Amino acid sequence: MSATAAPVGAVRARPADALASWLRRNSWMLGLVVLLAALLVFTKFIQPRYGVTGVQGLAISVLPLALAAVAQAIVVMSGGIDLSIGSIMALVNVVGAVLMANQSEQFGVVAVLACLVLGLVLGAINGSLIVFTRVPDIVVTLAMSFVWAGCALLVIATPGGGSAKWLMELVSGSFGSEWVPKAAVALILVVAVVWLPVRRTRFGLSLYAIGSNRLAAFRSGVAVGRTRILAYMLMGFFAALAGLSVTASTGIGTPVPGPYTLMSVAAVVLGGVSLAGGRGGVFGPIVAVVILQIIRTDMTFLSIDSNLATVFQGVILIGVVMIGSLIQIRRGRA
Amino acid sequence: MSGIATTGPSRNRWLTAAAWRSLFRDRPMIPLLALLLVLVIVSDIVRPGVVGTEWVGIMLRAAVPLAILAACQTLTMLTGGIDLSVGAVASMAGFVVISLVLSIGLPAAIVVALICALIAGLVNGIGVGVFKVHPLIMTLGMSLVVLGAANFWQIQTVQTSSGVPPAIRTLGSDVFAEVLPYSLIVFIPLAIVILVGLRRTGYGRLLYAVGDNPVAARLSGARSWQVLVVLYIISALLAAIAGFLYAGYTNVASVSLVDSAVLPSVAAAVIGGTSIMGGRGGFGGTIVGVLILTVISSLLTSLGYPEAVRQVLFGAIIVAVAAAYTRVTDQT
Repeated sequence: MSATAAPVGAVRARPADALASWLRRNSWMLGLVVLLAALLVFTKFIQPRYGVTGVQGLAISVLPLALAAVAQAIVVMSGGIDLSIGSIMALVNVVGAVLMANQSEQFGVVAVLACLVLGLVLGAINGSLIVFTRVPDIVVTLAMSFVWAGCALLVIATPGGGSAKWLMELVSGSFGSEWVPKAAVALILVVAVVWLPVRRTRFGLSLYAIGSNRLAAFRSGVAVGRTRILAYMLMGFFAALAGLSVTASTGIGTPVPGPYTLMSVAAVVLGGVSLAGGRGGVFGPIVAVVILQIIRTDMTFLSIDSNLATVFQGVILIGVVMIGSLIQIRRGRA
Repeated sequence: MSGIATTGPSRNRWLTAAAWRSLFRDRPMIPLLALLLVLVIVSDIVRPGVVGTEWVGIMLRAAVPLAILAACQTLTMLTGGIDLSVGAVASMAGFVVISLVLSIGLPAAIVVALICALIAGLVNGIGVGVFKVHPLIMTLGMSLVVLGAANFWQIQTVQTSSGVPPAIRTLGSDVFAEVLPYSLIVFIPLAIVILVGLRRTGYGRLLYAVGDNPVAARLSGARSWQVLVVLYIISALLAAIAGFLYAGYTNVASVSLVDSAVLPSVAAAVIGGTSIMGGRGGFGGTIVGVLILTVISSLLTSLGYPEAVRQVLFGAIIVAVAAAYTRVTDQT
């Protein structure tokens, strides 16, 4: 809610104060950007040949996880969590691949639209189960992660299927300058077209409201249940996009969920979205995903074992969450 | 409750509904055991004559390691937490024992594995208890760390690793007198300690207190961070023991051996009536929950359903049972 209150204060305050408060409010995000820049410089330093191909590879490998992080961020801001994002992605991935296998390019459009609708439906099922059964969201989505992963295995037992060519070309290669990978353009475009308008709507405001204080939101007339279900539907939509981006970048469907659920939680936390809900945006998590991926790339350049890289990612996740909650505890005492 | 509105003709029905509610709420064991009995009968109908001493032995053998993992979930869920690192910790423990048994012997290898598990549990406990990280995030992150470390260890020792030691194999997969698997030697004392510990010891009551109302527990002098640190260490040690049994049961050394058992372990605790919000439940229900899941699982296998169907069904069962419990225990 502070997002809407702050501009009013900023107008009244002197410019210096406004700048200071803007810095304070966005300090986490600025820190992330600085960290990202430092990592890029470091990467260039340890691998002088890191350039156009590196950036393009980075964009393609980041795309599915970035979309998953956006999906997770939306639910977390509404005060929930979804542990089935990886499974939803796997299900959409295989459904898309099976639909598009040996079909015309035009049918690919229908298949993609069908996949997006599927994502909305899966999200709606998750959200409705949480709202109507009143079972904690963690339990429901953990259980549903197995349901969706099982469904993916029922659709196709072994990796297979295909992808429409235009979908694959949508994320590979560059756009205009060779320094602008298409995958990055696609990501920014999707977020700008879907999330930014949604945030400005009544629903977007309600989303933050139920995340920051559900009871207060209810008493101010927010339809809490409906907003939660809509949040999960939006999550399903972005998870479906993430699943489709896997289809697009690999060209096939793989019925086994990747590590996306866990990494999306890590990215959301690292991206400055409070797990308690009501705070943050989707750009922090996207920057966090890029940072996590660059760290992985750097560890490859430094020829560190990829398993140790996994350990390191876990340590980062735990460390960030610990520091985050430590700050919250301090704030609570002050 | 709108009890007044339902007087009159429907009063009788309301009474039975209330009776059912209180039955589920206060004695969840009775309906659970009835469900188990039904499942056993269905198993016998599907494949006539299959239910016998040998069948019981096979069921128990499959259920014991899962029951130990489910104990981790039960104990952590009582405090309102969850331990999703049990899969990684158990796999790691089993793998460490198998990879070290040739060089330092079985007892020492087991001690090393338990120490590794203890460290993982300690970090979990500090994260949850001291830093107040959400248990789900903490244990998921820890499972990444443990899995990565175990993978790294696997690459280091790929040449020296041997088969599963015979003692562990016997413990995990052999059955004596046709009915009783050797793993019961480990399980029965553990189960008694957990059951009695939860009911009769101060620590057991503290788990319920911390989970039921953390503020009240703190105000009455419970140091919840100490309770939680000890709890997550216990959970990791139990997971390690389950890991030994899984290694013996499957006769496989793999760093992702137990991963597929994590959700069933949560499912068993949920079915057994332990609330994930904390403060309610116990290990007795969990044991019955494990038996129910084991019988369902074997039933699906004998009907020829693929693993995928089992996953879907397990997930659906968890949501359904959790919803039913939420409904009957909600007082509002």
